[in-house]
Amino acid sequence: MEMKKSRPRRKKEGVDLSVDLGFIKLRNPVLAASGTFGYGLEFKPYIHPKKLGGLVVKGLYFDPRPGNPPPRLAESPSGLINSIGLQGIGVRAFCETVLPKLHGLQTPIFVNVCGETDEEYAAVIEYLNKRKGIAGYELNISCPNVKTEGRCPALSPEHTFSLVKLAKKASRLPLIVKLSPNVTDIVSVARAAEEAGADGLSLINTLLAMAVDAETRRPRLANIFGGLSGPAIKPVALRMVYQVASKAKIPVIGMGGIMSGRDALEFLIVGAKAVEVGTANLVDPGASVRIIQEIYDYCREKKVPRIEDLIGMLGVE
Amino acid sequence: MLIDPAAPIIAKRSWDSYFLLSLRSPRIARQAKPGQFLMIRVSDQPYPLLRRPLSIHSRDKDRVEVFFSRLGLGTAILAEKKTGETLDVIGPLGKGFAIPPRAKGKTFCLVGGGRGIAPLYFLARELQARGGHPRVFYGAKTDAHLPLLGKLVAAKMEVFISTDDGSLGFPGSASAMFERELPRSARPTAVFACGPDPMLKEVARIAAEGGIPAQVSLESIMGCGVGACWGCVRKIKRPGGAEWVKICEDGPVFPTDKVAWEEDK
Repeated sequence: MEMKKSRPRRKKEGVDLSVDLGFIKLRNPVLAASGTFGYGLEFKPYIHPKKLGGLVVKGLYFDPRPGNPPPRLAESPSGLINSIGLQGIGVRAFCETVLPKLHGLQTPIFVNVCGETDEEYAAVIEYLNKRKGIAGYELNISCPNVKTEGRCPALSPEHTFSLVKLAKKASRLPLIVKLSPNVTDIVSVARAAEEAGADGLSLINTLLAMAVDAETRRPRLANIFGGLSGPAIKPVALRMVYQVASKAKIPVIGMGGIMSGRDALEFLIVGAKAVEVGTANLVDPGASVRIIQEIYDYCREKKVPRIEDLIGMLGVE
Repeated sequence: MLIDPAAPIIAKRSWDSYFLLSLRSPRIARQAKPGQFLMIRVSDQPYPLLRRPLSIHSRDKDRVEVFFSRLGLGTAILAEKKTGETLDVIGPLGKGFAIPPRAKGKTFCLVGGGRGIAPLYFLARELQARGGHPRVFYGAKTDAHLPLLGKLVAAKMEVFISTDDGSLGFPGSASAMFERELPRSARPTAVFACGPDPMLKEVARIAAEGGIPAQVSLESIMGCGVGACWGCVRKIKRPGGAEWVKICEDGPVFPTDKVAWEEDK
């Protein structure tokens, strides 16, 4: 009746789901996205994290952060608007209480790095550099929930360049830079990150949004603005991933509204080397693992021996 | 904490805008404690996207029940479900009511406003099973919003009724009725409450004035229900000061002296 923690073991015979990002080889292209998977431990009752390609833990500032007042969530058609405000325990508590437990998950751990200032980003990275068990960093230059009206470094190619340069200099590990969709020219921001030395790019973060209650004539979020995620944003995400992946020489990790294996495959086909699953984890704690299975089933059905054969294979004549 | 992707609805009752669904889910039923909740997927379509958190209303050996009112899109869809259909359910989630270890012979006051009665029925049954004596204060807008009255009486609970419009029982809120009744009998061992925020705040004040420990079950829109998204927070007093604490993981039940009512908005 209930779904067991592990399904009967199905050998992934005949399909190679591994992807090579250059700086790391993942057993499959599906990572759990930052902010939707807690610190990685919350989902242990439901799935085996070792089945994932990797996981990106919730964004970390140097110090603990209180986060935004509630309400922090509002639903919209096929979407979710959040204004959590990156509430978190800070990098010290993370290293002391969480990181040691993450070693047992047997999956690559990426830490989503945040900062109020450029120096704070560097400080978080330098603190984490000394720790074992981290595969790389995802530089969160794009969270719309920190400063008012969604301002963040990823809105400007110049700021992106200088911040990534600083972070790269600080980092002893691969650095993925997470981009914002709230720009007119995503390619120029991507190029700035690449030129500053990023090892990879991940996109998209949430779209700056709001929700209003016509009855009360009040915003549904205490913060007024929040970030839209979920299936509603997938077409925008696909377009941006396609634009960036077509130009970038570094690997692109695509995300935005992935709920199924088909959704994930669409991102791979437009050129993403891997994907992150976000909001789907909130709806279904087993979503990431299910999506991996669905990608596998697709490859079997379509006789695709290696998932990498599909990457960037969008037919546009 | 289990995922049951297909728990069959084995019984359904409805009263105007209130609904009760019985789900067959033996393992969730076995683990369930009063005050815990389920996250229920109401649709396999992308809208509404999120599961709905509903407190566990009762359980027996292989079934769990939820009692809810039709409030928005999610509960409206859930209200249309029929016996024989299945629901995708996660549970039991959260920390339930802390029941004192020796409940036998003790009296407890349970204050429920509107659909807030839902988890208190389960709690009252549990207290009865342990030899305790639950006194249930059940309030609603009008006498048409008290669908569980008969069930409470049939379970041999001592029930006090209030309605905002005075159509049945005490005219006023459940908390005002509780305040009036409290000095009229022996001091209860503990107070438990679930309902609208202003009512909970009143119950907290009344209990504090009487020096009686009290617990309240809080409500919030929830993203995941499992502690991952930090979407459902309330200000809770902690040793280092009040902070936003996840209702789903650290609650939904909190001792009233830990809720920072004034700092909450």
